[in-house]
Amino acid sequence: MVAHLVRLRLLLLVNSWRRSPWQLVAVVLGAAYGLGMLGLITVGMVALGGTDTLFIRTVLVLAGSALVIGWMVGPLITVGIDQTLDPARLAPFPLTKSQVLAGITVGGVLGIPGILTLLATGAIMVAWWQHPAAAVAALVCAVVGTLSCVIGARTVAAMTTGLVSGRRFREISGVLLFIPLVLLGPIIIVLGTGVRGAVDALPQVAAGLGWTPLGAVWSVPAQIALGNHPVAALQFAIALAWPVLLVLVWRRSLDHALSSPTHGASRRVARGALGFFRLLPDTATGAVAARSLTYWVRDPRYGKQLILVPIIPVLLYFYASTADSPGLVNAAGPVIAFLLSLSIFTDVSYDGTAFALHLSTGIRGRADRSGRILAVALFAVPIVIAVTVGSAWLSNSWLHLPGLLGLTLGILLTGFGVASITSARIVFPVPAAGDSPFKSPPGAGLISSLTTFATWGILLVLIVPEMVLAIIGFTLQSQTFGWITLAVGVVLGGGVLLAGIRIGGALLERRGPELLQQLARQG
Amino acid sequence: MSIPEIPTPDDRTPENPGSKPPARETGAWAAADPSAALSIRGLTKWYGDKVAVDAIDLDVPTGSFYGLVGPNGAGKTTTLSMSTGLLRPNAGQVLIHGIDLWRNLTEAKRQIGVLADGVKLFDRLTGEQLVTYSGLLSGMDRQTAGERVADLLQLLDLEEAAGTLVVDYSAGMTKKVAIACALVHAPRLLVLDEPFESVDPVSAANIRHLLEGYVASGGTVIVSSHSMDLVQRMCDHVAIINAGRVVAAGTTDDVRAGSTLEDRFVELVGGRTHGEGPAWLRIS
Repeated sequence: MVAHLVRLRLLLLVNSWRRSPWQLVAVVLGAAYGLGMLGLITVGMVALGGTDTLFIRTVLVLAGSALVIGWMVGPLITVGIDQTLDPARLAPFPLTKSQVLAGITVGGVLGIPGILTLLATGAIMVAWWQHPAAAVAALVCAVVGTLSCVIGARTVAAMTTGLVSGRRFREISGVLLFIPLVLLGPIIIVLGTGVRGAVDALPQVAAGLGWTPLGAVWSVPAQIALGNHPVAALQFAIALAWPVLLVLVWRRSLDHALSSPTHGASRRVARGALGFFRLLPDTATGAVAARSLTYWVRDPRYGKQLILVPIIPVLLYFYASTADSPGLVNAAGPVIAFLLSLSIFTDVSYDGTAFALHLSTGIRGRADRSGRILAVALFAVPIVIAVTVGSAWLSNSWLHLPGLLGLTLGILLTGFGVASITSARIVFPVPAAGDSPFKSPPGAGLISSLTTFATWGILLVLIVPEMVLAIIGFTLQSQTFGWITLAVGVVLGGGVLLAGIRIGGALLERRGPELLQQLARQG
Repeated sequence: MSIPEIPTPDDRTPENPGSKPPARETGAWAAADPSAALSIRGLTKWYGDKVAVDAIDLDVPTGSFYGLVGPNGAGKTTTLSMSTGLLRPNAGQVLIHGIDLWRNLTEAKRQIGVLADGVKLFDRLTGEQLVTYSGLLSGMDRQTAGERVADLLQLLDLEEAAGTLVVDYSAGMTKKVAIACALVHAPRLLVLDEPFESVDPVSAANIRHLLEGYVASGGTVIVSSHSMDLVQRMCDHVAIINAGRVVAAGTTDDVRAGSTLEDRFVELVGGRTHGEGPAWLRIS
């Protein structure tokens, strides 16, 4: 039965490539990149094997612990979790829970990240070429470690998607979990400032990690090489206990998720409470803006994009104060403008086939584009202005404020223009409405990343004038250049924005049916 | 990607660069009927090698209540999508009250109300917000939209659920709110794909009553359905589609030719199997 589930998982993977050749390209590129990394790792291991045992242990335990954490946390932050074998979909079949868990685990190992992890951790044995017994142990530990990684990712997934019933709470909890994870950086910096310069502490850290579930499995071969066999046995026990514990937690969260269906108490408002539809003008543009704003508030897939807004100034403030260059805070405005302006370039993808309503009512493409931009602009413009002014106040650089504002507004307006065209042309693989905002369709990672980077690149090229002017202003300490930057940012950015609405709108009207078909294929 | 050109009778050529010629070459079509609410000529859609809709001709007279029936995969939804501007045909012409749909999309779409099958709704809006949104998108002001939304919610028995998010609706309620969205801008032609699917009998009767009143006042309705009984009782015209072609079309009485629509349908479409099913499915 487990074999059936694994076969199903591979079949789904292959079929998804057949459906879209681009996903296959993405997978091949990803695999090539992974294999290249693997080669580098193996070469590194050979070199590492020539050094002394304690050093090998320090490197491997630290790297291995990072790998385990990466598997658990990475999917939440970056590409989402591949839920090809969704336990909820398997629920109707007469399978025992153990069969489901085993099938998902083996299926997870057989995914591309799983195979690469297995090979990379297997390559660790090369580092022990001076100690044959340790090399054999390393091979066993690679299997245990990879299993821990895969099971860890699944457990976190099950906990974030199924811990609580009730749609709204479930959606928000996923987003909230993200914030402490992102703030890990500054927290570590604060804690680490004491450790900074004290690289000598790292072996102690590694030794300590060797007794935790994160590092135990990577520490076992080193202990064997050192001849500490009882320690090795103890740490191996820890390494084995960890996946067992994870499976128990996973099982419990699954039980909870499957036995309490996800629709809890539904939210109701009074009749006639039209929300944003009452506040915004009753034109097509206003209606689209009201709809978008409602989604920004109610749909966690949108809200997810706002998480970074409060975090970035905090991060920059930390870095600025630790690196002793207060000017760094001033980057907050432009960076937030960058993120907010591009937040709408997956807008139509988020609509999914609901976009058919726009198509069947025959709304003008320009009204669609400008409505979506209006929705974001209503909160983005005040936010970026407030952040820019705030950062100038914090770093006491009032002189640079006009230039900074010019750069920030230039980026925001230009980004709106660029995103208006991208979202009218390209459908991204995005989580469907109601799914966890961190879930990703298979193969989505690379395609989305490539298109995202391309859009970023285009935006960066288009804001070169503002950047050059602003940099001249900053270096010359010239307020005149600052004011010129502001004027150019608003005028040029406004121009790109209008062009984006025009081109994006025309594109939408011309290719509406094709876009809907792409969206339908996606859903 | 290039935009597929819609060939018209004048410029339609068998060798169309970049795309496959239609499976069946019919030459120039007879002129479409500009007085009809919907007039389709030579409408064709293929996906890869599979021809989903094969040069369909169909006239839906103004003021008729038109039923579209056919087995699963016959091309009903594809035909209706192409007739409402949601799916671009590979060939053919669609006239909506004399307006060439694929040449004047915006103008033609104002005449049509659509209930599309298999598309999602903006379900994070409340029912009331969704119907209002649909009205505003069609260009009406807030006050008109408000009055019409109130009427529609009452007619479709959705008043209780007006403030509930559509995502929390049952399947039948979702269908009803989608019908309200199709009706709110008072279109001259209503195209409803499977409007009665998973709707309870009382609501179905209400919807039927609503549609009959709408037809009596001069509107035109096209419904696709699997319920032969319903179509026979409700529709004055019917077309039977099978494998991408119209196998019978006309007034309901003409098409059923003295027998019931269901018998006539099975006779025309075929595929009825007899017997008791496989042995392992006979429990005990």
